[in-house]
Amino acid sequence: MDGALILIQILNGLQLGVLLFLLAAGLTLVFGIMDFINLAHGAFYMLGAFICATLAIWFDSFLIAVLLAVPITFVIGVVVELGVARQLYQADHLEQILATFGLILIADTLVQMIWGPQGMTFALPEVLNGQVQLLYGVEFPVYRVLIISVGLLVALALYLVVSHTRTGMLIRAGASNRRMVEALGVDIRMLFTLVFAAGAAMAGLAGLMIAPITEASIGMGNEILIVAFVVIVIGGIGSVQGAFFGAMLVGLIDTLGRAFLDDLLGLVLSHQAAETSAPAISAMLIYILMVVILYFRPQGLFGVRAS
Amino acid sequence: MTLRSGGWFAGAVLLGAFLLPAWVVYAREPFVLDVVTRLMILAIAASSLNLILGYSGMVSLGHAVFLGIGAYAAGIPAYYELNNGWLQLAVALGASGIFALLTGLVCLRTRGAYFIMITLAFAQMMYFIFVSIEEYGGDDGLVIYSRSEMGFGVDLNDNVQLYFLVLFCLAAVLGFMRRLTQSDFGQVIRSIKINEPRMQALGFATFQYRLVCYVISGMVCGLAGWLLGNFTGFISPEMMDWTRSGELIAMVLLGGAATVAGPLVGAAIFIGVETLLPDFTVYWHLYLGILLIIVAKFGRGGLLGWWTQWRKDPR
Repeated sequence: MDGALILIQILNGLQLGVLLFLLAAGLTLVFGIMDFINLAHGAFYMLGAFICATLAIWFDSFLIAVLLAVPITFVIGVVVELGVARQLYQADHLEQILATFGLILIADTLVQMIWGPQGMTFALPEVLNGQVQLLYGVEFPVYRVLIISVGLLVALALYLVVSHTRTGMLIRAGASNRRMVEALGVDIRMLFTLVFAAGAAMAGLAGLMIAPITEASIGMGNEILIVAFVVIVIGGIGSVQGAFFGAMLVGLIDTLGRAFLDDLLGLVLSHQAAETSAPAISAMLIYILMVVILYFRPQGLFGVRAS
Repeated sequence: MTLRSGGWFAGAVLLGAFLLPAWVVYAREPFVLDVVTRLMILAIAASSLNLILGYSGMVSLGHAVFLGIGAYAAGIPAYYELNNGWLQLAVALGASGIFALLTGLVCLRTRGAYFIMITLAFAQMMYFIFVSIEEYGGDDGLVIYSRSEMGFGVDLNDNVQLYFLVLFCLAAVLGFMRRLTQSDFGQVIRSIKINEPRMQALGFATFQYRLVCYVISGMVCGLAGWLLGNFTGFISPEMMDWTRSGELIAMVLLGGAATVAGPLVGAAIFIGVETLLPDFTVYWHLYLGILLIIVAKFGRGGLLGWWTQWRKDPR
């Protein structure tokens, strides 16, 4: 376990963290403000990846693909909000789960109809394929540095919007007390559509950034969505700041746990016991963390809701 | 649906279920027997979920974990060539009961959306535990080479005998659910769903009631898992994936939550769609998804709810 390896794993953890943040930001706002559990949020992640892959092959340019794919997922977000989600804000959680579970089936099938059952991948431009020298002898892929930077920039931008603009003020007010905001005469429906679609676009951005590494595949959003739920519960439902710190925490714990837990356990257990138990425990770590937080601090680390 | 017509209906379904194997042998359609066996196993699982979700208002998004525990309770002993069915059944019921008790102590202190998330978290933990145990196949799953041995001249390797075992279990579970929900215990559970603080004020230990309910539900689903493991002969962590839990919720709501027959009707719709639609289109998931959204929007009470309303006010 040397310093260089730890550094690289920390960066890998940050990369997972920013992807989770991009997913969780929309999820936490929609959950916090509209009290809407959206199991289909991962579909935007998948759609972003597929749309970007297609455009990148058409235009032979990753940049153009990204610049078009993000607005397209935003528009899809608007359509889904107006068509389905809007009617479910008043429904109870059970009906929301059923309907958004149906949305997952629809999204997965539509993707299969349009793009076929196989996954899709595309080549990165030459510039992004290299390695960057971090310290003497420690290299890290340029593209992963780019993912981290873009994620942090979006987080910063979102922070500025939420904490320093009028729209952001309404979003925060909506998260802590929706009825009061409505009573003050704000057109909250418009705000909901905007927030929902912005969340969709951020999820799409996360999906398209990971696509060149893992490829775009059907159902890719369903696994990471659950981790995004872990993030927003840890951070506190409705809090963008909470989503950010939750995402970084989960990203780092998950990555570092998978990388180093067997060595750490090896200090106290026999080599064999450590080897066999480490994968299970490291995969469970974030869920254990979530259960502990739900038990002792249900409002999460940065909770904005009283209940 | 009045009790009388409901009774006739249940009798007719039971008679049909009894005669089905004879028809299957006559018409040489073993596939139909497989489909109905699977349907009935999932109906048991959905029925167990209905107890906590429908009757007592606890929305669990991790219920498929008990299917997995029950299935592994058949698979792991079989792996060591311990094929005694009664032993496996005891392990299935015991393990799912203990898991429900331990996680219930934690889960039931949370409410609403947090309960949904915490049940999901526990299910994910079990999922990853079984993914990482390579001895039992890990991700790839485990093949059960020999079905449980029950003694008394019963041979579950015969599909017809397994069918009758499943039918018996389903009838027993539905009968049990009917008795349970109409008992004093059931009344308390339903009242807790409507107004828990009032029930506390009346002196009921509501937490204990909900915990018992949760443990019963987990054990019944463990039974379904044991049957499912025997039936498919192949078990994997995928059985407890969160999307499986979502499907169970869909079955309960399709048929009608908080009714005894609802989960059976829901499982029948679900399996029906899954079996019949692929003949017409490979994209059958699309129509299932649309159906779920329609039920979520308009279907208060599911199919049985519509039926009751239509009978009251046929237009």
